[in-house]
Amino acid sequence: MIIRRHLLQLLLALAIAGPAFAEDSAAGVTVKIENFTFSPAELHIAPGTTVTFENADDIPHSIVENDKKFHSKPLDTGDKFTMTFNDPGEINYYCGFHSHMTGKIIVK
Amino acid sequence: MSQHDDDHGGNGLTRRHALECMIWAGTGVLWTVAGGVPVSRGFLGSAQAAEMSGFSFLQISDSHIGFSKPANPHADATLKEAIVKVKAMPGKPAFMLHTGDITHLSKPEEFDTAAQLIGESGLDVHYVPGEHDLVDEGAGKAYLERYGKVAKGAGWYSFDQSGVHFVGLVNVVGLKPGGMGSLGAEQLAWLADDLKAQSDSTPIVVFAHIPLYALYPQWGWGTDDGDQALTMLKRFGSVTVLNGHIHQLMQKVEGNVSFYTARSTAFPQPEPGKAPSPGPMLVPAEKLRGLLGVRNVVFAPGKAALAVTDTALADA
Repeated sequence: MIIRRHLLQLLLALAIAGPAFAEDSAAGVTVKIENFTFSPAELHIAPGTTVTFENADDIPHSIVENDKKFHSKPLDTGDKFTMTFNDPGEINYYCGFHSHMTGKIIVK
Repeated sequence: MSQHDDDHGGNGLTRRHALECMIWAGTGVLWTVAGGVPVSRGFLGSAQAAEMSGFSFLQISDSHIGFSKPANPHADATLKEAIVKVKAMPGKPAFMLHTGDITHLSKPEEFDTAAQLIGESGLDVHYVPGEHDLVDEGAGKAYLERYGKVAKGAGWYSFDQSGVHFVGLVNVVGLKPGGMGSLGAEQLAWLADDLKAQSDSTPIVVFAHIPLYALYPQWGWGTDDGDQALTMLKRFGSVTVLNGHIHQLMQKVEGNVSFYTARSTAFPQPEPGKAPSPGPMLVPAEKLRGLLGVRNVVFAPGKAALAVTDTALADA
């Protein structure tokens, strides 16, 4: 009985955790660019999560990975850049127009 | 524009006008101090002095052709007005400088419109790029194809005019994460070599997009390795540094170096730290042209400081 209850709890935990991750992956998360700031500046996500960067400023910005592994096109007002992060690790990026603007994504 | 003039006449002395006067006064002080110190012929080599003659040149900046946001939905129209001001300048300027952000997004049609409007001036124009001019697919190819024919590297070069040595620098390439503007080792080595041929008494004018000194690092308004360039310039008796990028007038004098940032012809930006960000500043439509403008610079042999006069597109 005890084992069976633990098993049920485990299944229940998985049931809760599983869909939560799945939802994250499907809906994704947004990094807003506003007032020359990436928000959140440090984003924690699970592998497979899709991140959308959206520019809310009246001036273009862009997303450039620190080692130039990827970059977006210039994002004018309202433009979006979407990317899915599958591999665990830390991604550091900055704005190609305004290099003092930096952000970080931690995939874990 | 005549409407603005009329408005100005009716309003009396506005805050903007008072500020304009202060800027004029500031310029005048520089001019007077420089003019008040007799410069002996020995300061300039006699041969060099003989070949130097007075001349003027102009500076425009940050035309951002393609920008159409509320801060100025018609950046092309205000550039056109700036060129009308340029054509009305007294005397015949030797040439014009454009200190970058010619376009907003480096699109071919933006470069075309800018070239057509600026071409109306009938002047030779020497360009340096802003960060907005290098965001085409080729990361600057479009700019260099148009304006980099005589340039080195990412677009830097120098030339001489009537005994004054002009240096156009590029500080919007090779930007580092978390950093400000950047010149880079290759350009600094070129600069050291370029300046080697100049005597200490040669007046130097440096023009670049982003300020060379740390004007306001919190907003990225500065150049990380700008100090290295400024160190190379210390031995010269007269150095004038002209830039754009911050869309407003600022002056600073440090030793023999005078720094001047220029107005944009497209939209103003806030004073350092006076807004949440350095983005385009929305002002009432009737105030806009008072915050945009063009610059006239006069060089007179024997005077260490160049006379810099800024003219707004209209009184505000």
